[in-house]
Order: sequence, then structure tokens, then C-alpha cells
Amino acid sequence: MHAAVVVFPGSNCDRDLAVALRAAGARVSMVWHKDTALPKGVDLVAVPGGFSFGDYLRCGAIAANSPISQTVKAHAERGGYVLGICNGFQILTETRVLPGTLLRNAGLKYICRPVPLTVTTADSPFTCRYEAGQTITVPIAHHDGNYHADAETLKALTDQDRIAFRYVNNPNGSADDIAAILSENRRVLGMMPHPERMAEPAHGGTDGAPMFAGLVDQLANA
Amino acid sequence: MKARVHIMLKTGVLDPQGEAVRHALGSLGFDGVNSVRQGKVIELDLADGTSEATINDMCERLLANTVIESYRVEIL
Repeated sequence: MHAAVVVFPGSNCDRDLAVALRAAGARVSMVWHKDTALPKGVDLVAVPGGFSFGDYLRCGAIAANSPISQTVKAHAERGGYVLGICNGFQILTETRVLPGTLLRNAGLKYICRPVPLTVTTADSPFTCRYEAGQTITVPIAHHDGNYHADAETLKALTDQDRIAFRYVNNPNGSADDIAAILSENRRVLGMMPHPERMAEPAHGGTDGAPMFAGLVDQLANA
Repeated sequence: MKARVHIMLKTGVLDPQGEAVRHALGSLGFDGVNSVRQGKVIELDLADGTSEATINDMCERLLANTVIESYRVEIL
């Protein structure tokens, strides 16, 4: 499986994400935001966390207009796989690859701590190594993670089984306790928690590792 | 020419920052502040003759996130 990790000015989880993907067996290329093409044969585009462009204007808004972002959008529209974590999730909503948006946390504070999540669906290459209903612990680190979408979108997400993870104790005010959502074709996942920061024993846990293992396994056979 | 773009959260979208400002006003002794909504003002210095349609396009594509925000363009 060949993954491309996109790097924006202000990305700070790009190398952690590359390490987690490589540990799961993926070949990883780093792609700069000014690039307009992805390396040949890329299966998965991973958009990392951080503070792209200093979160100016809105989180992810400037990055969404970087040259690579249109390429990532086209990759998703062709049926390619995309994983957006934290700021990556914000960028995917700003490019409208995923619906809704991430507002300021309801408590107004930046929150950085491990939180329990419920695996809401195992029906995706991102969550296939988990079991629906299972509780995992993964850290969050964000100021703007309060998922918001209109009632119609929220209903569609539920009806189509597109909520991948929910917070057990909603830390940020997210609608419907949503921590992660899938695209309609289940090939794009956006999530605020950081699985790459819980991917090896030295991190204090490995609950994030099955996501990368599942992706490598499913996409190698795709 | 100059234009000013006013960006506000749409009605129905919770504004935790506005709510915090409302609380702070209350604790300063200002009674009767029923609600506070916080927005953004963006001033643009533009080439003369820039059409309002172009400015609206700027709002739609970058300045506002129309999922949660509404905008109003004021030509100065």
C-alpha cells in the first residue's frame, strides 16, 4: 500500500502519521502543499494534524485552497482513499470533501488529553480491525473540534452508518457526540482524535494501530 | 475602491464565544444583555471597478464558510 502524507506550512503531525503508516507496512511519500500531483500509484492520501497556515481566517480554510487540495479532492472524487486527522479533518470539510464543519469547542478551551471513543461502525477500511461497539482510547488535541452539521446531514450520517467513532464523554460539544465521519462511499474518513499518537506501546497504548493495519491490509488487496 | 465584508454565524449555529462575552458583560454589571453574537469584519482594498459579483465569489470561495456563516458585502 502506497500512502501520501500531505505537508502544509504549520502541519505538525505529518511525521508521526508517516511513522504510524510505515509501522503498519505502508510505503509513504511526503507531498508538499504546493505540489499539484500525487506520486504515481498512491492508494491513500493522509492529511495530518497541525495548524496549517496558523489557522488564519478559519481552521483549514487557507490550506483548502492550496494547490494540492484540489488534487486531493479529485482523488476522493475518483474513489480514492483519504484519511484526515484533526486539522486534516478540518481541511476536508473546508474543501467540502466531507460535510459539516468544526466549530470552536463549546467550552472555549483547547483540550489535549486521551479520550474514550466508541467504534460506531466497523464497516470501512479504516475501522475494519475494530468491532462495532468497542471502546478505544485515543488522544484529542484541538481547540476547534465541535462538529456541526444541519439536521438533514446528521440524519443522513446516522441513516447511512457513516459515523465512525463517537465520544463516550463529549468533550467539545460535537453534534451527536461525533468524533469521526465517513464519506458516502466510505473511502474518506475525517476524525478529530489522533490514532497516530496511540500507535505503539511507548505512546501509552496502541488503540490507534488497528486503523493503520486495517488500511494497509484492505488497500493492498484493493 | 474599498469594500467591507461582514461575516456572521448563521441563526441557529451556537456561538460559544458570543456566549462567553455575554457572561463577561453580566459579571461587569451590565444587566439585560440577552444575547451576544460575534462575527468578523474584513476590509478589502480592490482595483476600481471590481464587481459586487466578484466580491460575492470571494466570500463564497474563501472568506465565509457558508455551511455555518452568512456574509454581507458593503461597498465603501
